[in-house]
Amino acid sequence: MTTATAQVGTTGRGAVRYGSIARGQKRALYWSYFFLILFVIFFLMPPVYMFITSLKTSAEIGAVTNPWWVYHPTLQNYVDLLSQAQFLTFFKNSALVAVCVVSVTMVVSILAAFSLARMKFWGSGMLATGVFLTYLIPESLLFIPLFKIFAFIHDLTGIELINHWWVLIFLYPTLTVPFCTWIMIGYFASIPKELDEAALIDGAGYLQILMRVFIPVALPGIIAATIFCFTVSWANFLYPLAFTTSADQLVLPVGIVTTLIKGDVYNWGQIMTGALLGAAPPLIIYAFLMDYYIAGLTAGATKG
Amino acid sequence: MADAIVRDLQMPAARTRVGRRPLVNRKSMVAFLFALPLILIVACLVIYPAFYSMHLATLNKSMTKFVGLGNFEFLFKRNTFWMVVEQSVLFAVTAVVFKAVIGFVVAHFVHNIPLKGQRKWRGMLLIPWVIPPAMSTLAWLWLFDPSYSAFNWILTHLGLAGIPWLGNPYWARAGVILVNVWVGSPFFMIMYLAALKSVPEQLHEAASIDGANWFQKIWYVNLPMMRNIIQITALFSLIVTFANFDIVKILTNGGPVDQTHVFATWAFTLGIWGNDIPLGASVSLFMFPILAVAAGLILRNIRNRGNEA
Repeated sequence: MTTATAQVGTTGRGAVRYGSIARGQKRALYWSYFFLILFVIFFLMPPVYMFITSLKTSAEIGAVTNPWWVYHPTLQNYVDLLSQAQFLTFFKNSALVAVCVVSVTMVVSILAAFSLARMKFWGSGMLATGVFLTYLIPESLLFIPLFKIFAFIHDLTGIELINHWWVLIFLYPTLTVPFCTWIMIGYFASIPKELDEAALIDGAGYLQILMRVFIPVALPGIIAATIFCFTVSWANFLYPLAFTTSADQLVLPVGIVTTLIKGDVYNWGQIMTGALLGAAPPLIIYAFLMDYYIAGLTAGATKG
Repeated sequence: MADAIVRDLQMPAARTRVGRRPLVNRKSMVAFLFALPLILIVACLVIYPAFYSMHLATLNKSMTKFVGLGNFEFLFKRNTFWMVVEQSVLFAVTAVVFKAVIGFVVAHFVHNIPLKGQRKWRGMLLIPWVIPPAMSTLAWLWLFDPSYSAFNWILTHLGLAGIPWLGNPYWARAGVILVNVWVGSPFFMIMYLAALKSVPEQLHEAASIDGANWFQKIWYVNLPMMRNIIQITALFSLIVTFANFDIVKILTNGGPVDQTHVFATWAFTLGIWGNDIPLGASVSLFMFPILAVAAGLILRNIRNRGNEA
């Protein structure tokens, strides 16, 4: 179906053969806009529908009216949710986890990337490839053994690791550290060698080179990696679902899914409000730092 | 910082006194120390658990006895297992193909319009990728709701019969794939758009002069030039889609009657909810061969490109 739309969309260019090039291009342009609008409708429909539903009362959701329109808009869902202590706890847990994970990941991966891209030591090439391969290991392969290992640590030392929000600070680096290191290696490797050689001659130590030369020059890459890191730790669902269960230890995505859906009673107005609030932080960051976001996205797979 | 200062103070003195090369090159020592946190995190939290899950898969349910391949024997005899294999492969392959095609087409449309407006469109089209999948899947769940489905409302107003989106196994499978395509195709679009930008405009002009139509330009110019990115993106996405958890878990939770379970969700159901950790580990291990093949292909691809450059 999509190939068919592609054909229709660019047939305007076929006009090149018998009409003026300008007219053909203009038609191609109109078709491009037409199909872009269709795709934007498809891509934005769920978030828009989230927003529409979040403005409705339960009574209006239950009534058989047009689901795509709000007849009596109200902010009651937002007020209810934001005045709930439980929901604010989820928000706090999510924010704390994200901040800790981002700081730990960025320190670890900048140091490691500097060492792997510039300093080199025995086995550093192999390690860089290894980092890339571990980035490809998904969390759905790791959560069961990690769960068992944490239970084992509890038996051994008495430290309860399961069902605490802070345990996620140890888990998320499995996803963020390999990726951030990988893209930072790419950014650092693109910095000209003359820059750090000059610093070396001036008598700078390695830490000084890193702090004074590499970090300022690679700042766009660092911002991209930080955004990625934040998005991953904010959005992860599998680890918190497996490792935390008490209501006061949940992070936002799991909290919304498990506490707002009570048995068969779905309060959709509140669920959609919660989902929208949960999606807001990454969306706000994206709105302001879109170019960094996209740079990080394309760097992950193409820098090598 | 302190380390650097200490080094500056000590190095000349040591060199004049001994005049011999130190046992371990100081530079590589520092480099190793910088990389040590990474090595520890990867070794303790990724490599060790990965091997540990292979060990777990050979134990019995209470994890007291070694049963060899007993868990796998048990799985092979269960119908559900083969259904999960089938659904995982079907889900991943179909979703990746659709994502690649939609991404390719949309990237061309965005590339077609004037450069000034591209940023705006690209920004809107990437939103599904930015929203946490767990949150956007909730919106889809509500769109698919059996009694208040907003899709069915449109369908009935068009005079068509409503669709039992998540109630019927086939529609449920299609729904899970649809949501995955929705989440993933913006990523393909961005990657392919970046690749399209790197195709030199002269090639298109040369093709136009040779009388190529739009399709020939895409097929003989763009496609070969973008081949590398197309392959790498598809392989990356194959890994992520194959290991997908959030969407299936929230949308159908494996139902109706286990028809939409993929490896990750079934492993979760068996291992965490069913408390049979070894069995869950055995199920999740089946993701490994596909991941290994895809990872190997990506590495080869990146290495080849490194040689070309």
